[in-house]
Amino acid sequence: MYFIKLIFKNVFRAKLRSSLTIVGLVIAVLAFGLLQTVVDAWFAGANAASAARMVTRNAISLVFPMPVYYRDRIKAVPGVKAVSHSQWFGGIYIEPKNFFPQFAVDADNFFEMYPEFIFKPEELLAFKRDRQGAVVGRKLAEQYGWKVGDVVPIRGTIFPGNWQFTIRAIFDGKDETTVTRQFYFQWNYINEFLLKRFPRRADQIGVFTIEVTDPGRVADIARAIDAEFKNSLAETLTETEKSFQLGFVAQSEAIVVAIRVVSFVVIIIIMAVVANTMAMTARERLAEYATLKALGFSPGFVAALVFGEAMMLALIGAGIGILLTFPVAQGFAASPAGAAFATFNVSASTVWLQVASAVLVGVVAALIPAFRSANIRIVDGLRHVG
Amino acid sequence: MTEAANTLVEIRHLAKGYTRGGQAVPVLENITLDIARGEFICLMGPSGSGKSTLLNLIAGIDKPDSGMLKVDGEDITRLSEGELADWRASNIGFIFQFYNLMPVLNAFENVELPLLLTNLSKAERRQRVELTLALVGLGDRMEHYPNELSGGQQQRVAIARAIVTDPTILVCDEPTGDLDKQSANDVLAILRQLNGEMGKTIIMVTHDAHAAEAARRLVHLDKGELIGAPAAD
Ligand SMILES: Nc1ncnc2c1ncn2[C@@H]1O[C@H](COP(=O)(O)OP(=O)(O)OP(=O)(O)O)[C@@H](O)[C@H]1O
Ligand SMILES: [Mg+2]
Repeated sequence: MYFIKLIFKNVFRAKLRSSLTIVGLVIAVLAFGLLQTVVDAWFAGANAASAARMVTRNAISLVFPMPVYYRDRIKAVPGVKAVSHSQWFGGIYIEPKNFFPQFAVDADNFFEMYPEFIFKPEELLAFKRDRQGAVVGRKLAEQYGWKVGDVVPIRGTIFPGNWQFTIRAIFDGKDETTVTRQFYFQWNYINEFLLKRFPRRADQIGVFTIEVTDPGRVADIARAIDAEFKNSLAETLTETEKSFQLGFVAQSEAIVVAIRVVSFVVIIIIMAVVANTMAMTARERLAEYATLKALGFSPGFVAALVFGEAMMLALIGAGIGILLTFPVAQGFAASPAGAAFATFNVSASTVWLQVASAVLVGVVAALIPAFRSANIRIVDGLRHVG
Repeated sequence: MTEAANTLVEIRHLAKGYTRGGQAVPVLENITLDIARGEFICLMGPSGSGKSTLLNLIAGIDKPDSGMLKVDGEDITRLSEGELADWRASNIGFIFQFYNLMPVLNAFENVELPLLLTNLSKAERRQRVELTLALVGLGDRMEHYPNELSGGQQQRVAIARAIVTDPTILVCDEPTGDLDKQSANDVLAILRQLNGEMGKTIIMVTHDAHAAEAARRLVHLDKGELIGAPAAD
């Protein structure tokens, strides 16, 4: 008790210095936690992907389409249970900054392949019946205050024109890892428009989504599908939805690595800051430590005082930093930038990493000052007075 | 026989030097001195003559280069660092020129500090601390922090801290060096009382002739040697 009290009072002796050090720690731990959460969120989408779903796209690149008639030939490949298709729309809602993903999909069976989207059956039916109908995820609807029946205008970029969609259904996610920030409507609607205005662009599709009978055989089935279109005009590349998603992540692998590196650099910097604080503090207290040793206290006791002080400093900073991580992460998730992620939750492992780095900062920062203070010759330490 | 039994500190041919800039600087050379139990001895001498050095050797916070230094029959030059620390805790009370109190602890806690190294219970510690602070006239200042006390009061807290463990010897390095005349007199009066009424052995270093009057015996140190101090009386 006495010991803890002594340490606690020592921490707040140089109020300005301690406060600044704690502020630094708070920012470092907060930054570290947020960066870790970004990395987590990056992979969350891929991890939530179903292993039983596969995706077929143009082998050259995702931006090149495939003829929609491929669908029937894919369906005929053994092991394929169902096929649906979707097309990236890339339109603008009022302003470009209001970004959310929009897909033109096959209304007939697309959502049957996504059991993680929870619909009211009558709403889904209403969507299927309305050529200009749209389906939106819960988070997206909440973001713009949309209700069923609202009309949403979207300006086309890839598909020119001013489009109007009526919201017929709002779906919830099965759990928090399910993305509910997308906007879906009927592919037939835009395809009819293309047939009339740009017939050469009609009957093309970006992605086929495939459900297989046996998830254990996805590799064989993928090979069979791609073999089907070998040497044709648009060769295909089929992979699981998960590796399809991870492909997106891999494209940004360098960014993820950079984020990781930065988060650890932040910790190393704060380590230097706290070490400097502890070195200054210990130097000022040499006479006190020498006095304690003269009174008969052991070098270990003095070392423990220095360690305790660094540790308390680090843990106070980390504690506040960790507590702040949650509301700040929540605020980020609610912001337009956060809309890019399905989930932006601070994981338990992130919190443990924050605690561990705070402990590491405390230990490393105290190491040299503690050793010096503990081993100071009493007569030298006492000469520091006056 | 009785003389020998009464000798508390026995110093023989003690030498101590420092190396400064690669050069050996002798500070104490061939010091021989006996201090009897219950003595109040004052070490005087010019600045740099080695008074503090000698006091530190006797107090066991520094080690001599050669010679013998026995306290209460024990040759403390042979103790290890750890043994020496334990020995100091039970045998030496320190009083410094600048008090050396812990600024974050109040008077009570400062005095209690050395008792944490004993196995006294909390209640026993409290009783002792209160008694000791009352003895130095600060029974009503127990909750005060050092920066809320005058220099003289701080030095009295330091005296309380030095005597609370009931040590064999009190070592005082210029205990009045930083005090005004009145406070100095208070401190000296307490020291004399501790010596006269409680039989505490006190070794004091001072520049102040007035302070020296409080002592029963004067020893002069000059250029590392004792002057006019018979080995034992
Ligand atoms: N740790 C040390 N390193 C080097 N030299 C030292 C050290 N301690 C003391 N000295 C030197 O030893 C000599 C004696 O020092 P000491 O402190 O014992 O003198 P003193 O008689 O107490 O002086 P003062 O009256 O000024 O306190 C001085 O020349 C001093 O510079
Ligand atoms: Mg001195």
